[in-house]
Amino acid sequence: MTANTHPQLLVHDKADNVGVVVVEGLSAGTDMLCVCTEDNSDFRLTAKADIPIGHKVALKDLKAGDTVIKYGEDIGKMVGPAETGGHVHTHNLKTKRW
Amino acid sequence: MAFDFTETTVKAWRRENGRVGVRNHVLILPVDDISNAACEAVANNVKGTMAIPHAYGRLQFGEDLDLHFRTIIGTGANPNVAAVVVIGIEPEWTKIIVDGIAATGKPVEGFWIEQNGDFETIRRASWKAKEFVHWATELQKEDCPLTDLWVSTKCGESDTTTGLSSCPTVGNMYDKLLPHGLYGVFGETSEITGAEHICEKRAANPEAAAKFRKTWQAYTDDVIEAHKTSDLSDSQPTKGNILGGLTTIEEKALGNLEKIGRTSTYIDVLEPAEAPAKGRGLYYMDTSSAAAECVTLMAAAGYVIHTFPTGQGNVVGNPIVPVIKISGNPRTLRTMSEHIDVDVTGVLRRDMTIDQAGDALIEMIKRTANGRFTAAEALGHREFSMTKLYRSA
Repeated sequence: MTANTHPQLLVHDKADNVGVVVVEGLSAGTDMLCVCTEDNSDFRLTAKADIPIGHKVALKDLKAGDTVIKYGEDIGKMVGPAETGGHVHTHNLKTKRW
Repeated sequence: MAFDFTETTVKAWRRENGRVGVRNHVLILPVDDISNAACEAVANNVKGTMAIPHAYGRLQFGEDLDLHFRTIIGTGANPNVAAVVVIGIEPEWTKIIVDGIAATGKPVEGFWIEQNGDFETIRRASWKAKEFVHWATELQKEDCPLTDLWVSTKCGESDTTTGLSSCPTVGNMYDKLLPHGLYGVFGETSEITGAEHICEKRAANPEAAAKFRKTWQAYTDDVIEAHKTSDLSDSQPTKGNILGGLTTIEEKALGNLEKIGRTSTYIDVLEPAEAPAKGRGLYYMDTSSAAAECVTLMAAAGYVIHTFPTGQGNVVGNPIVPVIKISGNPRTLRTMSEHIDVDVTGVLRRDMTIDQAGDALIEMIKRTANGRFTAAEALGHREFSMTKLYRSA
């Protein structure tokens, strides 16, 4: 693989509604190559914000109350909105435990 | 993968009890905190020995004292240790430690400070330590099956890249080696929280599943519910985890569980520092998620190599067990590569498969067993941290 075919975003499972930024310095407006590790399928998505490596990106529009799915599992609920390609983290996602 | 790992050997030390060790330490082991100074003096006198000072050992009682003894005895009994000089403040607890280690058949001798003083204790213990060093340095390595090793795992400074790359690398290693007879162990009860229902399903039998559920519930009731302020959000996920992109405890737990791969199941649940007793296979140990405490407990249970996935860059080591660091985070490899033994950043670039990453880790386990210093060993990381269950008397 050459450098320009390296993905910017990885997704664990087809059922997930968030992916993970895997490159440094991702800036808003980047047309990201996204790969689902489950089956190596790919798609493209535009980043809506500067998002640090390791942080999550919404794969679809998410609103408060929506369940966030990663690894095909429930990892918590949205407490604020995120548009497709937007940043999902502690400001809009929280555990359902406490 | 069809490769038969039972054919793979490493050069290591076969101990008196048949266990395989990959290091050949002569330990100067304090029973209690106030014997640290004497132990350090002996280690300074006699080269080739190592003192492992720690913070506890006086006025402990009940289950907490049992855990202290189990940890100290288990550390001395570990196959990475050739021989042990034990020093305590008084003879009776010193004898408990000496007798516990002696059950392995390895040379061990105890000394105590009361009515001798540090000077006389150090003099006598130094003579014995020197004798042990001469003996241990002539022990020869022999060919031992790779799968006779006991390999533990615990991750640290996790982020979202650990769940994508370094944790499944360990999982792939376990999926390949456990069927050939490797002993494995994972734990971190607080970090399984959020995926405890999935962890319970990975038990190999109903007894192990029930024991896991009981262990997890006891942790939740006795530790979290008794001591939490509002939630665990200030420490689980940690501040480092959150900087790395992990948001919730469920997300962290799911990444953590990637360390046991796709097919591996655990056959029993161990108390902290308890040696596995149900034969070859994978075990779950009830441990803290604090790196040094967890690795110390697994070493005391008899594990001889530790595999440690990290995202943001944990630097932990252990005095007697080589800790192999695996990371897939390109920023961590750029900023602190001196701490990383196995670079799996290719997994995130999609130019390395998890299968290839697992093979790279197995190769590093072989090299480490054959004598290669890990990054943590080369950098002098010897964190020896006792787990304490409650206040001393």
